[in-house]
Amino acid sequence: MSSNTPSSSAGGVGSADSAAPRRNSKRPKYSKFTQQELPACKPILTPRWVISAFMLVSIVFIPIGVVSLFASRDVVEIIDRYETECVPENLRNNKVSFIQSDANKTCTRKLRVKKLMKQPIYVYYQLDNFYQNHRRYVKSRSDSQLKDNSSWNDVSSCKPEDMSNGQAIVPCGLIAWSLFNDTYNFSLNNQQLEVNKRGISWKSDRDSKFGNDVFPRNFQNGTLIGGKTLDPTVPLSKQEDLIVWMRTAALPTFRKLYGKIERDLQANETIHVTLENNYNTYSFNGKKKLVLSTTSWLGGKNDFLGIAYLTVGGLCFFLALSFTVVYLLKPRRLGDPSYLSWNRNPGGH
Amino acid sequence: MPKGRIRAKLRKSHLYTFCIYPGDVGKEGWSLGGPGFSRIVYCNEPQVHSQIPLKYRSNDISTTKYNFITFLPKALYEQFHRVANLYFLGCAIASLTPLSPFSAMSMIAPLTFVVGLSMAKEALEDWRRFMQDMEVNGRKVKVHTGEGAFGKKAWQDVQVGDVVRVEKDQFFPADLLLLSSNFEDGICYVETMNLDGETNLKAKRALEVTLDFDEDEDFKIFKGMIKCEDPNPSLYTFVGNFEYDGQVYALEPSQILLRDSKLRNTEFVYGIVIFTGHDSKVMQNSTNSPSKRSKIERKMDCIIYVLFSVLLVISLISSFGFAVEIKYSMPEWWFMRPQNPDNYYNPGKPVLSGLSHMVTALMLYGYLIPISLYVSIEVVKVLQASFINQDIQMYDEESGNTAQARTSNLNEELGQVDTILSDKTGTLTCNQMDFLTCSIAGTAYGSGSSDVELAAAQQMANDLEDKIELDTVVSSNSEKDHKSSIKGFNFEDTRLTNGNWLKEPKVERIMLFFRILAVCHTAIPELNKETGSYTYEAESPDEGAFLVAAREFGFEFFQRTQSSVFVREKYTASGKPVDREYKILNVLEFTSKRKRMTVIVRDEEGLILLMCKGADSIIFDRLSNDGRLYQQDTTRHLNGYGEAGLRTLALAYRKLEESEYSAWNTEFQKAKTSIGDDRDIQLEKAAEMMERDLFLIGATAVEDKLQKGVPKCIDKLAQAGLKLWVLTGDKMETAINIGYACSLLRQGMKQICIMANDADTKEEVKSDILKQINNGSQIIKEEKDPHAAFALIIDGKTLVYALEDDMKDHFLELGVRCASVICCRVSPKQKALVTRLVKQGTGKTILGIGDGANDVGMIQEADIGVGISGVEGMQAVMASDFSIAQFRFLERLLVVHGHWCYKRIAKMICYFFYKNIAFGLTLFYFEAFTGFSGQSVYDDWYMLLFNVVLTSLPVIALGVLEQDVSSQVCLEFPAIYQQGPRNLFFDWYRILAWMGNGLLASLIIFFLNIIIFYDQAFRADGQTSDMTALGTTMFTCIICSLNIQIALTTSHFTWIQHATIWGSIVAWYLFLSIYGALSPNISGNAYQILVEALAPAPIYWTTTLLVTMACSLPYMVLIAYQRCFKPLDHHILREIKYFRKDVEDQCMWTRERSKARQKTMIGFTARVDAKVRQVQRKGHKKQ
Repeated sequence: MSSNTPSSSAGGVGSADSAAPRRNSKRPKYSKFTQQELPACKPILTPRWVISAFMLVSIVFIPIGVVSLFASRDVVEIIDRYETECVPENLRNNKVSFIQSDANKTCTRKLRVKKLMKQPIYVYYQLDNFYQNHRRYVKSRSDSQLKDNSSWNDVSSCKPEDMSNGQAIVPCGLIAWSLFNDTYNFSLNNQQLEVNKRGISWKSDRDSKFGNDVFPRNFQNGTLIGGKTLDPTVPLSKQEDLIVWMRTAALPTFRKLYGKIERDLQANETIHVTLENNYNTYSFNGKKKLVLSTTSWLGGKNDFLGIAYLTVGGLCFFLALSFTVVYLLKPRRLGDPSYLSWNRNPGGH
Repeated sequence: MPKGRIRAKLRKSHLYTFCIYPGDVGKEGWSLGGPGFSRIVYCNEPQVHSQIPLKYRSNDISTTKYNFITFLPKALYEQFHRVANLYFLGCAIASLTPLSPFSAMSMIAPLTFVVGLSMAKEALEDWRRFMQDMEVNGRKVKVHTGEGAFGKKAWQDVQVGDVVRVEKDQFFPADLLLLSSNFEDGICYVETMNLDGETNLKAKRALEVTLDFDEDEDFKIFKGMIKCEDPNPSLYTFVGNFEYDGQVYALEPSQILLRDSKLRNTEFVYGIVIFTGHDSKVMQNSTNSPSKRSKIERKMDCIIYVLFSVLLVISLISSFGFAVEIKYSMPEWWFMRPQNPDNYYNPGKPVLSGLSHMVTALMLYGYLIPISLYVSIEVVKVLQASFINQDIQMYDEESGNTAQARTSNLNEELGQVDTILSDKTGTLTCNQMDFLTCSIAGTAYGSGSSDVELAAAQQMANDLEDKIELDTVVSSNSEKDHKSSIKGFNFEDTRLTNGNWLKEPKVERIMLFFRILAVCHTAIPELNKETGSYTYEAESPDEGAFLVAAREFGFEFFQRTQSSVFVREKYTASGKPVDREYKILNVLEFTSKRKRMTVIVRDEEGLILLMCKGADSIIFDRLSNDGRLYQQDTTRHLNGYGEAGLRTLALAYRKLEESEYSAWNTEFQKAKTSIGDDRDIQLEKAAEMMERDLFLIGATAVEDKLQKGVPKCIDKLAQAGLKLWVLTGDKMETAINIGYACSLLRQGMKQICIMANDADTKEEVKSDILKQINNGSQIIKEEKDPHAAFALIIDGKTLVYALEDDMKDHFLELGVRCASVICCRVSPKQKALVTRLVKQGTGKTILGIGDGANDVGMIQEADIGVGISGVEGMQAVMASDFSIAQFRFLERLLVVHGHWCYKRIAKMICYFFYKNIAFGLTLFYFEAFTGFSGQSVYDDWYMLLFNVVLTSLPVIALGVLEQDVSSQVCLEFPAIYQQGPRNLFFDWYRILAWMGNGLLASLIIFFLNIIIFYDQAFRADGQTSDMTALGTTMFTCIICSLNIQIALTTSHFTWIQHATIWGSIVAWYLFLSIYGALSPNISGNAYQILVEALAPAPIYWTTTLLVTMACSLPYMVLIAYQRCFKPLDHHILREIKYFRKDVEDQCMWTRERSKARQKTMIGFTARVDAKVRQVQRKGHKKQ
């Protein structure tokens, strides 16, 4: 190891230049690095540094907090929880059997726009208590199959939803199988509101992860039907609902993009939503919400970020102030030898 | 052969009285051939020993731990002996099953790396040992090959029964039975430095019957048989018989030449190999060097155990949660297809699923146990060791040796040393005596004044407020010492040199004084043909110094014959050199009991003279009334010499009448030839009769030369708060002298001497010693003077009792209270025992330093063993953990490197735990949100790189390069070394605080992120974040926070720290973009994550900033508060340095330096202070 570096390097020198006295060959070579004398910056934590650091943080953070808070306030959001309302009242005792039955599940909701919503307005569905992040669930997919038609047979990771009737399923796996299948139709003043479902997924997913030559095959053909069925004539790269769904959410409560409404909604307008309440969240008491939201540069409505910034900034401001007070009241001269241990407790230790 | 030349000259047995004669056979208690005494050696018939049952072990030695075959299994066993490694092995195996939350690669690769690195290190160290063995095994020795011919053979080929011929200054290849030497009476001299550290030569003596086998040809016909004891480690005993010619002769230790001792002063010896290789006594004595671990590392193990428990607890929580979820929730999760369960997710068998999840969880949270910590520490220590090895200021120009960290795992222990146990000879002293001053007939000659006197004088001349630089005084003095060109002679006084003594008033006495020096000894002169001057082979170095001095004064001893000593006197009244012959009538040898040596000679005029030299107290007791003429003056001088740490001897003589002598001589001869136990006593009595009514002529003072820089180094070490115990094999007087010379002792220090008296029963002796110890403790307790210092002096014989179980605690307690402890006449075993006692009794870190093989036990037993390299013998170095060329480098090794390494490692480990807790716990929190399913929020690759690349380099840079204060300040303020022994930087408060900081960071990172990201669109396009986006953001926050944290921790930024810290953050983004650019087959959901999704989203950046700041806030507040109210010494010193106050206000700087060392009790400074106090007190009294 490096402990013999000097001697081994010395050996090399000795053989190359045998005239050099052997004794000197062991002498370590001087370099600033080996002698640990590299020029170094040795910062000192002076009161000025402490106060200005805290001050700087508060100066940076408070404006960011204010700006974020404003951005968040600009976002208009309509949330409608419908999973109970959309079950006929007489069947509410046994929602699970309702959702599993063939009964008509169409349901109408009215949403009132409180404030002007500028386009694009994003339509989300929000599920609750749905463990899309469960390991068994997350792993149950086959990326190669989704991407490439030639590996359609690669379903090894998709158990238990890999084969149906002895045939590989495309797209296989629990995630695809349980695709969300509620549908929303919006109308304003009896006029259909167009919901654009193009471009709701990540571009890279459409372009690179879901092949345009991969078509659904043998999907939802088994005895157990999970969620939505897919049009076998449309390539996966165009099935954006699936693409969005396949990006598994990190937490059991999540929102996923359903589509975009590309016109402004005025305040006090009422939107009629005709929804097909197909998806079973009742067996695990999951909530379902329909969300309409605009975005700001920062994304959706997110007051917390601004508040957190303001808190940290404020805290730093307070710290800066209190350290100023402390230094004024009880200053310690820098490099004051009276603080050295042998001066502080004579006789001790 | 030169043997003929000397051969006829000497038959010393005629002269020597106190030599060991072959004792009588008839010792009981053992029987040859019985158990333990079964060895049979057929002399000169090695072929007999090549077959069982007489086949003994071969003479090649191996000190390696492994060989080519056993290396792999043994080294692997060693590696997986570590609990952590075993755990990781389990994880690696489990990672091959579907239970693993990660890919198998990410578990196996780091483990392979860690184990591989450690094993490579082991292999390298073992290889070095192997090379060393090869060198020893390959040494050549002359072996009888048959028909009286001797040929050279490698040591490893020497067999039991071989006759070997060893020549001057060679080591013995095995344990030999001495047959004959070039001296007619079969005496040879042996240096046993490697065995017991004693430097004086020991005489060995062959049996009378084999004396004649002293030529190569004689061995044609030689046959014999030895029956003796089995191999055993006792160096000083040997039991056996030698059968020759039908006769049986008893063998004694004095006929045995031990391996690793050296033939001296003897041209050659013949010997029969008895014990070879590992059977030899010295190898039997060697113990396997224990693998040592530093205190920090042991504490680290504790922390690892704590973390293991945490890991276990959260794994249990996790699997319990999982089992509950599986049992109650899973059946409701239709999307999970509970109808198609497998073993891991079976709602019907929640216990089984829970148990299998336990394995998953243990692996998932494995990040709490930092596997990379071991690698990083290993890397850091090796680099630290290379700094130690390459430190130019620890390079010794004379020997060309650098300091060597032979094991790198004790670097930080160097910063925590509490007590140093030091050998004396070869470590503190050079084992060279210089004749410095003398007192002849009441007049002191020689200008050598000690360093202390000089410094004290100089200091008193200065104002007390600004103390002078002692260092300069000391160093200038030690340089002066080195000017002396004649080895053994450092005398400067023109009154005596160059024959000027002829002009002195008491010329007769002076002449006599020199004659005693030149005649009263047992040395042998040797003509150095190149220089034409004589060198002397003396039994002790003092004697050599006397002879050199006598030669320099003009009394050159140049020849010794059987019965005479010849001295050439250069300066005579006539001006012509005169050769004088002194017929030696009797030699009464020096023994440690007699403490004196006497020769009785007849000079050319026929006058019979008794010349005696010895310890002053002994000589003073034996003076005649007239002989006390100069006693008063001489005593005064002797006290001065003693205080200066010089070895003193008093010289006396007596004129004998012919009749008186012959009367005594008959008595003496009678005693000499008497047989029986009382022979020694009778001889003693006879000697007593003659050695009386002496006339004191003067005294000599010889300096046991200290190694360069030793007093200064001891002074600094004392200022650093270290205690120094000296363990020496030397006599008590010598040890005390050295104590003075090293300022371990000083005038006014209360010396507590513990000595065993010659009581009959063991109990009496013990109770007496106990009483002495208790008395000593009592005295210390009652002492009021704060400046009072105590010294404990104890000898080996007493130590035997003091180290017994019921007494050792008392002894230790007393030792710890004394400022310095000197143990003299201690055996190697006792050194090790004392070391163990201090180590276990105080629980502090003990450093053992020594140079000889006799120190090996101590070096191995101590927490840190330091060997002095460059002197003879490599055993100490081989056994040591660090080797330095000179004692004085110990200062830099401890105060600079030790201090730094301690702080570096302490900081590094704390940070490591912080970082892994901060990271590992986020995984656990996330678990709770995934139904405890074992899903990780981060990509496998992030986790793999976390410890390997993204956070490891800054912490390694911290561990290698961090400096709290510069080396110069470390040396100027040795007091800050105390931060290590007091363990200010690795106590539980600090560790727990760091862990708490980690916990806080993990909470901040996790919860801020999920609150910000869980449901809302994270960018203007309306998309919400998925697991990958959240995981990546969280990981970015972790990387930034951890690296900012280490930037806040680091106090010494070179470009390397900057590069690693900021480089790590850049590396993360770089990795992310490269990883994202790879095909989605590899990167999966992380494809294009940075470029497409995160980088354009302002919320990603603002979150990173927020979280990073929030994580560092607690630490910033803490350090700001600490600097304000409780700054530590190194903070203040840094500030002083930063504002260059040390330059502007030098007065303050020097004042602080002297204040920092106020409490030191020993060392040069303390001694000077004491002297100043003493003088002041005298001054007050006078007023």
